[in-house]
Amino acid sequence: MTALWGGILIMVVGCFALKYAGLSVPERVLNHPVTVRAANLIPIALLGALIAVQVFAEGSSLQVDARLLGLGVAAVLLMLRVPFLPVVFAAALAAALVRLI
Amino acid sequence: MTTDRSVIANSLGVGLATGTYGVSFGAISTSSGLSVLQTCVLSLVVFTGASQFAFIGIIASGGNPITGALTAVLLGSRNLFYGLSLAPKLKLRGPARLASAHFVIDESTAMAVTRETPHQTRLGFYWTGISIFILWNAMTFAGALAGNAIGDPKQYGLDAAVGAAFLALLWPRLDSWYARAIALFAAAVALGVVPVTAAGLPIIIGGGVAVALGMLWHPQPPSEGAE
Repeated sequence: MTALWGGILIMVVGCFALKYAGLSVPERVLNHPVTVRAANLIPIALLGALIAVQVFAEGSSLQVDARLLGLGVAAVLLMLRVPFLPVVFAAALAAALVRLI
Repeated sequence: MTTDRSVIANSLGVGLATGTYGVSFGAISTSSGLSVLQTCVLSLVVFTGASQFAFIGIIASGGNPITGALTAVLLGSRNLFYGLSLAPKLKLRGPARLASAHFVIDESTAMAVTRETPHQTRLGFYWTGISIFILWNAMTFAGALAGNAIGDPKQYGLDAAVGAAFLALLWPRLDSWYARAIALFAAAVALGVVPVTAAGLPIIIGGGVAVALGMLWHPQPPSEGAE
């Protein structure tokens, strides 16, 4: 329990500091090519890694299950330009249905 | 010419769609072992969805809360860059900057930085950020209470919903073969280290290695020639 609160405290301080720091940095730093490139890369790389782990990892092993079907459904709907919430809902529904069978 | 009204309407639309998703955060969080109070504190005070999901995902898979928190903070680093792009348009100082920083998230930034005037930038930022904040917290609380009652979220496919939500957030950025290559590389590295590292670390390692690769290898600026 205490460890969980410790983690939460780190997140509270760390996440707010990042948000505040961004608003406080001078504009010339923003325009630096290195900053611009890193700003574009970080969300792409982190989300790529996060999706993979979220969908394939089970503890310290990898497994293919209903989550991959959910991701596939989401990808198809995103290609069809379906909005955020229906995509998420359909992915959950697909995974839930395949687990029922 | 976009009217103020349509900026506000679009902002509320995004606020509604995103804030509602707090219900799955609440449900997954309590079933991952967090209390209702801890779940609500995360949404109230941390208030950055992807980081919150990363944290509870790592807790659920048996990871250390400190590792989880560090991953979440690393993931929250994109808010730093959002702040950078918002700063020259919002022009905030003192207490206003301190209060506004809380609302620097994916959606409020997306709805703000594309506006033509500083006035509409502010409208997009605050209407989106504050409407998400209110709904996200209300729905987190509802989900946290229901989560305890509805049992295993896998039964409802909520674990698949998280992957789908991240894909939906990533999707608009996958507009070039370069971006797709970076995302796939990050995914491959992360999966490669899953069997040999503690929960949470694969995301940091995969993301970090892919960013490093991207900083070294960037065929996009035409002045640097083809590679």
